[in-house]
Amino acid sequence: MNKVLMLLFVAGLAIIPLVSGDFYINLATQILIAAVFALSLNLLVGYGGLTSLGHVAFLGLSAYICAWTSTKLGVAPLVAIGLSLVITTIMSALFGLIALRATGLGFLMITLAISQVLWGLAYRWASVTNGDNGISGLTRPSLFGLSLDSASSFYWLTLIISIFAFILMAAFAMSAFGSSLQGTRDQARRMRALGYNVWLIRWITFIYSGFWAAVAGLLYVYYNKYIHPSALSVTASAEALLAVIAGGAGTLGGPIVGAALLVFLKNYASSFVERWNMLLGFIFVLIVLLMPDGIVPGVQRLIRRMRGAQS
Amino acid sequence: MQFWVVQGLNSLALGGLLFLLASGFSLIFGLMRLANLTHGAMFMLGAYIGAGLMRSVDGVSLWVAAIAGGLGVALFGWVLERFILRRLPDNPLGQVLVTLGVAFIIADACLLIWGGDPIPIPAPSYLARPLFVGGFAFPAYRLVVVLIALAAAAGLYVMIERTRLGAMIRAGVDDMQMARAVGIPVSRLFSIVFCLGAGIAGAGGVLAGPILSAYPGLDADMLPLALIVVILGGIGSLMGAFVGSFIIGIIYTFGTALLPDLAYIILFLPMIVVIAFRPQGLFGHVSA
Amino acid sequence: MSHATPALEIVGLNKVFGGLRATQDVNLHIVQGDRRLLIGPNGAGKTTLFNQITGDIIPTSGQIKLFGQDVSKLRPDQRAHLGLSRTYQIITLFPKNTILHNVALGLLGLSNERWNLFRPMARASHLHDEAQTILESVGLGAMSNKLVSQIAYGEKRRLEIALALAQKPKVLLLDEPLAGLSTQERLTVKNLIANIPKETTVVLIEHDMDTALDLAESVTLLHYGKVIVDGTREDVISDPRTREVYLGH
Repeated sequence: MNKVLMLLFVAGLAIIPLVSGDFYINLATQILIAAVFALSLNLLVGYGGLTSLGHVAFLGLSAYICAWTSTKLGVAPLVAIGLSLVITTIMSALFGLIALRATGLGFLMITLAISQVLWGLAYRWASVTNGDNGISGLTRPSLFGLSLDSASSFYWLTLIISIFAFILMAAFAMSAFGSSLQGTRDQARRMRALGYNVWLIRWITFIYSGFWAAVAGLLYVYYNKYIHPSALSVTASAEALLAVIAGGAGTLGGPIVGAALLVFLKNYASSFVERWNMLLGFIFVLIVLLMPDGIVPGVQRLIRRMRGAQS
Repeated sequence: MQFWVVQGLNSLALGGLLFLLASGFSLIFGLMRLANLTHGAMFMLGAYIGAGLMRSVDGVSLWVAAIAGGLGVALFGWVLERFILRRLPDNPLGQVLVTLGVAFIIADACLLIWGGDPIPIPAPSYLARPLFVGGFAFPAYRLVVVLIALAAAAGLYVMIERTRLGAMIRAGVDDMQMARAVGIPVSRLFSIVFCLGAGIAGAGGVLAGPILSAYPGLDADMLPLALIVVILGGIGSLMGAFVGSFIIGIIYTFGTALLPDLAYIILFLPMIVVIAFRPQGLFGHVSA
Repeated sequence: MSHATPALEIVGLNKVFGGLRATQDVNLHIVQGDRRLLIGPNGAGKTTLFNQITGDIIPTSGQIKLFGQDVSKLRPDQRAHLGLSRTYQIITLFPKNTILHNVALGLLGLSNERWNLFRPMARASHLHDEAQTILESVGLGAMSNKLVSQIAYGEKRRLEIALALAQKPKVLLLDEPLAGLSTQERLTVKNLIANIPKETTVVLIEHDMDTALDLAESVTLLHYGKVIVDGTREDVISDPRTREVYLGH
């Protein structure tokens, strides 16, 4: 039943370019990219209990490396992509060493500080990043001779990568390792006594999560063909965190729902009012005060209650 | 030589401003276990209140504006603590997210009210001219900022170490449960410390005006510096905030002057060293 | 007795918190298969001693040896892999999970499968089968699919022990396993502890002397972090210093 629904859902996603115009295709692409990013953050926040406010560091790093090596060094796309993934994953291992000296609020503050340092660097290190002008001029590569320039072809590529990412992250969360990770979230001390290396479990998760954030960064930079320091801002981290929490941290569908809502809202609301940051702030406050569990767990509870009433 | 003197004074002035920001952040974190991400926005809000007041009312001096900015932001902090944060007891994560949301709201509200162009805040005319000592020109206003920060540090030190209120704060930072158990009015203490921290940050924002001016993004520029100060100095430690502020002030100022591209990476190094070898910070005894 | 390597040996252990000496020059020699009861008034440093044995707290000085191997520098998880296991005075379980999953986590911790990033936990049927067997042995087999948050306090106490037994420990530390239980429940848990395989060395902290003394073969009396008396059950009970600590004269 669940698998049938999922296949139908994917089929529905796949035919979007056949039934709608470029505006909605692009919107759907943005949602997929935001969802991959939110899913990667959810591994830390939802399954690991490690609330990071600096996850954009990895999206931004990967996007900047790709844009810089492609436009300034002129390397081939595959090389640029490989370099982005490898360097970003290594950096996430190094940042993980620092951030995981703490948990809880300390972890949150260190991740925030790290990403803010990178954000400042993106603005100031103009000889590499072009500073406030950002890096433009990136072109999408072609895949097996197929051009990715049209909205629909890039959407399909994004969809395939997103499905792949979802499967691999879901498998991670549901694996034996994922069970251990959730154990460290709920009862770290007991986990140690049961023979688990809690620190190593968290570090591996941090790196895996950083890798998928790097994948999201590549999609992001090829979609926009442009990267600007604002991609590394605390607002961007906060948006992703909001997608995870609003959708439901520690669920597989939650971050996707949250990402979709956020991208919709950002596109629609900001065409009416220019106050996206204020709106984002209000949503944050309201979600925390009124719906701390998120939307997906809330709906699941509702469905369970309705089923219970029927039987 | 003139370069070193001026940059030296600049770094001390920045350190002083950072102390006004970070001391409140650190006290609030130490006592309430609350990472108040609104703190950078409060600093900016103070700057704008001061700038707006001086621009719209003739004859308001910087000092009056600083007091007004401090009081205005303290009032705002009281509302935030009393009506929102207090609804989320024992939910540190929810509290952080709320303060982050409120920071976005303040930042956007400032943009809405005061516009996107920086608003300069003039230093008092008698401090606008440099002071000549021994053949070197010292920017007089920066000297005064350093003196104000030192006075604030001394005042906070006396308050925390010598008064009844301070004794209660110290007890709360050390062991909240014990503090509750011996009958310290914890919730009132939270309000006082939150308002105090907010007020110092607000006044600090106005005092920063003649050096930095009020501009959109001031919050995002200051908050990471304050975070690094607190990580460096240790959470809840006034001494840590003091030493950390001046270390970061010096590193950031000289870093920007000598290696403008990489100043942010240089900021990173002391933080990494401290986290690696002393995760509780230089002067902290509570681990983050 | 002295020629055999002790299962657990503690040499010159000290722990200072601020100015408080929570553990003072403690020496313990516990042979394999022993049933050792740790007694002493509140604040005697019994749980602090457990925490140092498991590695949750790092001692100020001294050594802890498991079967002759110095484990003082090892992390808690490394000590668990050497056969050390414990329960907690304050219930420390995974409240969002089923009872079965709790025990399965206990089994997984010592299995290399815990590093498997992609094989679904749900398909690890051998872990779940084994967990079910363990739950049946502590009388919780019928409710294995209930969430921890849904079961009664007494059942949580038994689950605490089941989780530790899942590790098939060589040395098992039980921290007040009877705390807060009714008379009937005490009897159940007492039988459970009595049925722990003889080759397992058990160290027990317990305030319920009637029950605990039945289980114990040897007894150590701690007071202000110091070992006051140490010996067979009969020796410690009849020692005047025991009376002095408990009755204060």
